[in-house]
Amino acid sequence: MMNENVIEVSNLTKKFGHFTAVDHISFNVKKGEIFGFLGANGAGKTTAMQMLCGISMPTEGKGTVAGFDIFKENEKIKRNIGYMSQKFSLYEDLRVWENIRLFGGIYGLSDKVIAKKTDELLEELHFQHERNTLVKYLPLGWKQKLAFSVAIFHEPNIVFLDEPTGGVDPAMRRQFWEMIYAASDRGITVFVTTHYMDEAEYCNRVSIMVDGRIDALDSPAALRSQYNAESMDEVFRQLARKAKRVD
Amino acid sequence: MKQLIAFVNKEFRHIFRDSRTLLVIIGIPIVQILLFGFAINMEVQDIRVAFYDPTPDAFTKGITDQIRQNVYFNYQGKVNSMDEMEVAMRKGKLDLAVVFQQDFQESMVHSGKAAVQLLSNSSDPNRGSIAVNYATAIIADYQKEQMNISQIPFQIQTENRMIYNPLMKSSYMFVPGIMGLVMMIICTIMTSVSIVREKERGTMEVLLASPLKHGTMIFAKTIPYMVISFIDFIIIVLLSYFVLDVPVNGSLFLLSLIAIIYIVLSLSYGLTISTLVDKQVNAVIISAITAMLPVLMLSGMIFPIDNMPKILQALSTIVPARWFIDVVRKVMIQGQGFMMVWKETLALIGMILLLLGITIFNTKKRLE
Repeated sequence: MMNENVIEVSNLTKKFGHFTAVDHISFNVKKGEIFGFLGANGAGKTTAMQMLCGISMPTEGKGTVAGFDIFKENEKIKRNIGYMSQKFSLYEDLRVWENIRLFGGIYGLSDKVIAKKTDELLEELHFQHERNTLVKYLPLGWKQKLAFSVAIFHEPNIVFLDEPTGGVDPAMRRQFWEMIYAASDRGITVFVTTHYMDEAEYCNRVSIMVDGRIDALDSPAALRSQYNAESMDEVFRQLARKAKRVD
Repeated sequence: MKQLIAFVNKEFRHIFRDSRTLLVIIGIPIVQILLFGFAINMEVQDIRVAFYDPTPDAFTKGITDQIRQNVYFNYQGKVNSMDEMEVAMRKGKLDLAVVFQQDFQESMVHSGKAAVQLLSNSSDPNRGSIAVNYATAIIADYQKEQMNISQIPFQIQTENRMIYNPLMKSSYMFVPGIMGLVMMIICTIMTSVSIVREKERGTMEVLLASPLKHGTMIFAKTIPYMVISFIDFIIIVLLSYFVLDVPVNGSLFLLSLIAIIYIVLSLSYGLTISTLVDKQVNAVIISAITAMLPVLMLSGMIFPIDNMPKILQALSTIVPARWFIDVVRKVMIQGQGFMMVWKETLALIGMILLLLGITIFNTKKRLE
């Protein structure tokens, strides 16, 4: 793994009035890394992620994503990242190929490239026969796989996944993580939030947010030994117990 | 540009895949115009007319003959007093009474003008108003004719009075009214819902994280509805003209221009609503209450503004449809030009700017 940082953040803060949703967080993410971003509901994960994606303006601090400043260059950031939201993020009343085409178009890919990559993608997923299916008729696990493929369709430097496997069965989750590994092998950095602690074990490094701050950040193995815990689940519980905010 | 096309494509697909949406945008204008049109505009023949002419002369005879000869009128005779006329009208034997002023010709020659009163029995409002319109047109023609012959400028002033129905309703009110209503429904409700739907389903977040510019997205969202509303406008004009015999007396270009301004206004309002709510249900409710109801109640489409309490009259001035319907009536029915409607048009444009301003302000605040 290369040692180049694709995300560098220091003292990043977001306040909504008197409420500090994200409180001076600092961390770096390396290229090709799978970075787990954990925290209880309301800990500030989504807000932090939105700042990194250029959706939300930080109140203080500084940071770069894919080499671009999060204050001044969020349009450039948006070009170089992929994003998969917590809610299912494709259009249910569009066909599979139409969704791919739409997002390809939004990211400025040419028709030729889109056509070629669509074929490749469908083949890879064994999805050829579903090309003309309306997305709403796909099973949830397939939808999520498709949504992930669409999020990295334009070969971004970083892909942000906000609880990508919510509600998906374990077998499907396993397949989904294989796709994440494949993307990481191709050099795409994966920034993922999750509620499943077994998934946290799959990450190269994990940060745990409590009340808007990052209370722990290391590889899963290091965290387990630091907190003298059997599993990530136990690490998480120890930290989350300290939370004062109630969702 | 490529982004825009990709996005517009998507929007059209959303519309054409949803049969309910399709029904609303194509079905509503047709059903409304036919329903209102046929319910109101039935027969306008056999208008029973009587004349009260205290001092007969060549001019009054000329006008009387013109009206008598017209196929739509059924001559009932002359009456000898206003009382007699009133009795006949009250008994429902007359639709229209033409009352000439005393010494009509003399007044015409000396002062260049003379007055004729058209009293319509508006217990059947549609019939009454059409009778008056016909008679007015005949008198105007007659005046033109006489001016060509005599080369002396003069003016016959017609004064209309609707009796037995102070709540004057006119079929000509309905066509402009339906335009105002249909475009408001399609543009405001559909646009606000289509944007709020993206928020509700979470696709908006993905779009926000994409390089797609916010402005491009909004613009792309409004294009299909703009196109469809304009098609609806054309459908309404065609149906009105060919099926309901509503004339298009003014410039079709001006009429279309006004329609486009109103469409943009309705879209802007839809956008404003979309910045205020996060649920589709709320978007529909707010649109229905604040956009549709005023069109029905306060625009003059059904209830004449002049008969409203002062406070409602004041309130009606902020209802865009009021100005739009006014302009359409002036241009389409009365055949007036831009100089007669620029004030109303300006009011509509002012409202667009205001709404877009609010929308941009709200969006900026939200993104901070």
